[in-house]
Amino acid sequence: MRMTEEILRVEDLHVSVDETPILNGMNLTIHRGEIHVIMGRNGAGKSTLASVIMGHPAYEITKGTIHYMGTNINEMSVFERARAGMFLSFQYPAVIPGVQVGTFLKKSVQSVRDEPLKGREFRKELNGAMKALEMEKSVLSRYVNDGFSGGEKKRLEILQMLLLKPTLALLDETDSGLDIDALRIVAKGINSVAPEAGCLIITHYQRLLDHVQPHFVHVMIDGAIVQSGGPELAHKLEEQGYEWLETPKEA
Amino acid sequence: MSDEAREAVGDYQFGFHDPENATIRFDKGLSEQVVRDISALKNEPEWMTDIRVKAYHHFMAREMPNWGNCGELNNIDFDNVTYFLRSSDATEKNWDDVPDDIKNTFDRLGIPEAEQKWLGGVTAQYESEAVYHSIREDLEAQGVLFLDMDSGLKEHPEIVKQYFGSVIPYSDNKFSALNTAVWSGGSFIYVPKGVHVEMPVQAYFRINAQNMGQFERTLIIADEGSSIHYVEGCTAPTYSTDSLHSAVVELIAMKGSKIRYSTIQNWSANVYNLVTKRGVAHENATVEWVDGNIGSKLTMKYPAVLLKGEGAHAEVISVAYAGAGQHQDAGAKVHHLAPNTTSNILSKSISKNGGRSSYRGMLQVSPKSHGCRSKIVCDALMLDSDSRSDTYPTMEVGNSTADLEHEASVSKVSGDQLFYLMSRGFSEEEAMGLIVNGFFEPFTRELPMEYAVELNKLLELEMEGSIG
Repeated sequence: MRMTEEILRVEDLHVSVDETPILNGMNLTIHRGEIHVIMGRNGAGKSTLASVIMGHPAYEITKGTIHYMGTNINEMSVFERARAGMFLSFQYPAVIPGVQVGTFLKKSVQSVRDEPLKGREFRKELNGAMKALEMEKSVLSRYVNDGFSGGEKKRLEILQMLLLKPTLALLDETDSGLDIDALRIVAKGINSVAPEAGCLIITHYQRLLDHVQPHFVHVMIDGAIVQSGGPELAHKLEEQGYEWLETPKEA
Repeated sequence: MSDEAREAVGDYQFGFHDPENATIRFDKGLSEQVVRDISALKNEPEWMTDIRVKAYHHFMAREMPNWGNCGELNNIDFDNVTYFLRSSDATEKNWDDVPDDIKNTFDRLGIPEAEQKWLGGVTAQYESEAVYHSIREDLEAQGVLFLDMDSGLKEHPEIVKQYFGSVIPYSDNKFSALNTAVWSGGSFIYVPKGVHVEMPVQAYFRINAQNMGQFERTLIIADEGSSIHYVEGCTAPTYSTDSLHSAVVELIAMKGSKIRYSTIQNWSANVYNLVTKRGVAHENATVEWVDGNIGSKLTMKYPAVLLKGEGAHAEVISVAYAGAGQHQDAGAKVHHLAPNTTSNILSKSISKNGGRSSYRGMLQVSPKSHGCRSKIVCDALMLDSDSRSDTYPTMEVGNSTADLEHEASVSKVSGDQLFYLMSRGFSEEEAMGLIVNGFFEPFTRELPMEYAVELNKLLELEMEGSIG
């Protein structure tokens, strides 16, 4: 049964940066074909979770494990995770001056795929993906994220996701700062990879969920999941905020 | 000429390799007699012998520069240099003597064996000579003179006499004096009025030992309304057992003409590379230096342009890569000597593993040059904290109407960039290679395609083993 294949299992994960704890006993399991959404206030640790799953060296795992496709990847390097099929769409993608998008995409896809890329087939694939995301071809000769608007950056992230065909897609606030059209296009990209992958979407807003149907919605507070549910939970959060989930500071 | 010597020299049409001289060798060290012997051997006119001798005396009397990397300069042992190397001597080097790391780099760059041997200084010949011949025929049809400098002197003494040393006199600096005293090889080019040479002219294709010699002398004259792009050197490592390379390049761009001179040097790490390059741009002419420094132990090179005519333009785009044990002291000099002249200087340097790169620039605006514009951008990228980057800009502005901009930046590779690239499947080394290539891109895009590809590959190789 493909639907039940476990892609990601985060168990009792504790993570610190510069000895400041950020994740405090995080648990999350994602199966193939599932879309999970994590919501929560700024500072709840959502972006940290995405970065640490991808292997950011600044984060120290003090306790717990991350399993990907059944293997403990706590010690795996970032690029090996990428080559194994993990993908992170960045909230703030880095600028790489002087490196053209076209060159970057080709090299990136080649580094992740085993078989040698055929120029013509890759171009065809690239053209198709760019068309789906309504991107101008001129993007290919621009430098990676250099002078890109917020929306252009997010589209480039989604383009990379389409080409890299990840098994696990982590999307960190990919919907932030997008207008309605861009949001629709980004959602289309997510929906096209989601059936074959496990998806983890980090967002502040319900509005992306008008276009992407999540199976699970989780609420994160102080570095751990405090509530899980279906899409209705996102609506409730939109209407009522997070107060009802927070334990009073003085108990 | 013995068969062996003939093989060594090749089908040599342009030079001084007459048979009776084929066995002459010079000992190490320099004297007036050595200078006179070099000139006599080449059957040079007396005026050239005189210049050489004057230059020799100037060299001997002139102090070593007291700026730049003086400590390193003073390590040069002038008595241990062979000042005149016959191309037939080059073949006496043994392939086994070429260091393994250089051979490995050749292999990884995918350079064919015949070319590897030439780059390694083992053979004087290179198979692409045929390519050169066909290019040369095209040029001849346009009336362009393109010869090695020795042949230029023989066949066109009147032109050489008029321009030789006119932009860089022997008394300019200690090393221009040395070059003038002992020069051999280099290129001589004259482009007639109104002729546009469409293809870049590549010294690369006219391979013989002198072209990559220690003391080559190049003179390029673009007559009114003409244009030429000359490409010198190559990106692959150039192995030399001789530790001193001191060239002089003079460019003369007449009214409305354009000369672009592109170089990439990748000398082996034992070489002192002390080169004087200067062009003069007359009315509405353009001189462009595209200058890449990857190799050598110490390079001191500041391509210069004298903007002599109204509306003249200078462009100096340079990159320097300083790895372990290297000091790249490079930059640009532009002298605005006429009204409404313009210049752009872009300098990019990378230091790694304790390497040092310095930008040394001079911008001068003379009192009578109204309405000048100049923009200088210097960017340095440091790949680790052991490395060093300095900037020594000098501006002498004698006219208040000049519009000058100067931007300088020093940056490091950010953790965010590395994380981003690694999350896209690049290893840390590959990510560094990509960042470094991107940093040099404003330079690389100015190069002919094959040079650009090879330079990128080379920088990627340089990034290997750099992590940790």
